[in-house]
Amino acid sequence: MDFPRRSFLLTGLCGLTLAALTNCKKEGGGDASTIVVGEVAALTGGTATFGQSAHAGTQMAVDEINAAGGLLGKKVKLVTEDDQSKQGEAGTVAKKLISRDKIVALLGEVASGRSLEMAPIAQKEGVPMISPASTNPKVTEVGDHIFRVCFIDPFQGTVMAKFALARGWKKVAVMTDVKQDYSVGLTQYFKEYFTKNGGTIVGEQSYSTGDKDFKAQLTKLKEGNPDAILASGYYNETGLIAVQARELGITAPLLGGDGWDSPSLVDVAGKAIEGSFFSNHFSAEDKAPIIQDFITKYKAKHGNTPDAMAALGYDSMMILANAIKKAGTTEGKALRDAIAATKDHAGITGVISLDEKRNANKPAVILTIKDGKFVYVETVAP
Amino acid sequence: MEQFIQQLLNGLFLGAIYALIALGYTMVYGVLRFINFAHGDVFMLGAFAGYYLHKALMPMMSALPAPVSAVVILLLSMLICGVLGIVIELLAYRPLRSRPRLNVLITAIGVSLFLEYTAQYIFGATQRPFPELIPKKTVEGLGGLYVSNTQVIVLVATLLLLLALRFIVMKTKMGLAMRALSLNPTAATLMGVNNSVVISFTFGLGSALAGAGGIFYASLYPSIEPFMGILPGLKAFVAAVLGGIGNIPGAALGGMIIGITETLVAGYSQDIGIPSGYKDGVAFVILILILLFKPSGLLGKVEREKV
Repeated sequence: MDFPRRSFLLTGLCGLTLAALTNCKKEGGGDASTIVVGEVAALTGGTATFGQSAHAGTQMAVDEINAAGGLLGKKVKLVTEDDQSKQGEAGTVAKKLISRDKIVALLGEVASGRSLEMAPIAQKEGVPMISPASTNPKVTEVGDHIFRVCFIDPFQGTVMAKFALARGWKKVAVMTDVKQDYSVGLTQYFKEYFTKNGGTIVGEQSYSTGDKDFKAQLTKLKEGNPDAILASGYYNETGLIAVQARELGITAPLLGGDGWDSPSLVDVAGKAIEGSFFSNHFSAEDKAPIIQDFITKYKAKHGNTPDAMAALGYDSMMILANAIKKAGTTEGKALRDAIAATKDHAGITGVISLDEKRNANKPAVILTIKDGKFVYVETVAP
Repeated sequence: MEQFIQQLLNGLFLGAIYALIALGYTMVYGVLRFINFAHGDVFMLGAFAGYYLHKALMPMMSALPAPVSAVVILLLSMLICGVLGIVIELLAYRPLRSRPRLNVLITAIGVSLFLEYTAQYIFGATQRPFPELIPKKTVEGLGGLYVSNTQVIVLVATLLLLLALRFIVMKTKMGLAMRALSLNPTAATLMGVNNSVVISFTFGLGSALAGAGGIFYASLYPSIEPFMGILPGLKAFVAAVLGGIGNIPGAALGGMIIGITETLVAGYSQDIGIPSGYKDGVAFVILILILLFKPSGLLGKVEREKV
């Protein structure tokens, strides 16, 4: 047995690997001529269209900034990590971005549950974090370094409740994804406003992300004979819920939030989702020049119409860029203060001013699904 | 009452699929005395095979009536999964045949992870819609009960597969060899049974059934992804143990029980304040109870372990 020699070789190999790794580390950290911005996005997995869109929007903003000469005389470099739509993974890759890549700020996540995982890490390390689309109120409550560029669920839930009441729907049943902070929050705020203003909740059921069979819950909800069903989760499960509801003879429209905004919803649900409604951050049908401009540029690059996640990703990066310009530095505290001072930023998803709770107050739009397309219905101001 | 019957129907259709997957577990166990944990992933591959076959063959088969093309896709997917099962057995399990059973069990878990992550690498992790092989129609039955044609087709097809399986096991020479092997491998060899061939056949047959299960499941719940096999696979395993592992009618019964119980729990648990998410836990509570009180399963025979 030549054990000693082999272990000697092994040690050597380990040493080499380590050396290689440390080398990588230096490279990843960026040199004096780049500003490294980290992004955590769900590029694969259950909510992959969110992550892919947000990333496409963010990258577009970065490219525009660099084409215009960069920030503080440096180029911006976006380092994106995929969290596979997995709870648990978002925190890990956020840590990796902060410690390995030495990012100046963190963009992401779209899903509230995963943002809630990253926020304490960013807060502790003093790295400003901007979430493009996490609407659960708890996200920015984590600390003063956490921001968002979208409206929050109390507003979104209220908007949908108001909308239901305005249509004369007094009896609504709810279907909540208990695994998602987003869905739980949205249901809660919907119910609060709806019941206070004369509506009745005629049935309440729950499920978990990844479920495929919802027939049992829907059969139960059908008993209450609801005028509409609030399905407050994300698009994957919502698509299957719509299909199975129709199979059980439920004709009531579904209601939802921005978690529906994915072409995948219509792919899975097909006709079953026609005539349902959801609240969103922007509508591609909006004629405002800033929006149409964005859509043209996005289409030229990616070949399809941007969804709200792309627009929010773009807005989050632009707000960060403006703050870096204003602060004149990428140092954590100064940058944080500059982001917090964001006022009247003309974004794609509306005029963004961050309030003292680091939330954006913006109008919501309500969309419906018609012939497989998301069609604008109305805008609701806060 | 009407609602309760609807729930039972919901459970029945779900249970049929669990039963189909459970058969694969039970057959492999019956012949080889080990649990093939990669079975749920073969189920997933069956769904993906159907997805890609539909994509590739539909331009050619669009002239055929939908049921014919659906059967072609089903049979081809079963064939693909059957071959895959044989290959898995050949590469992963056969070299370990004389080793302790625990080694094979751990390898099976490895194979399962290998299939899941390879599928994620090849197909991507994004969920995708499964095509309607037969255009979906919902029929309102007696007293406001709703059943879709897909559900009925799945149930009938499952029953046909069960009968075909029973025929193979009870009436064919290969079935006789399988039964002989499960009773006593050494004696079977002495009587001229080629163990390797029989084991390959068992794996192929079980995997083909899993492939059919994948297609049926994806037709009922039309959204597929690389990890879709994990939970149905686990539940089917519980169903197989519940019915008495190694026992074919037991697996079918176990599948039905798990499907119906799960549906009833999801439908009614919130009446007593338990979130419906507990439906997944119920299968495992059943498993624990059955292992505590009747370890051989409902239809299983008590067997003395030969050392």
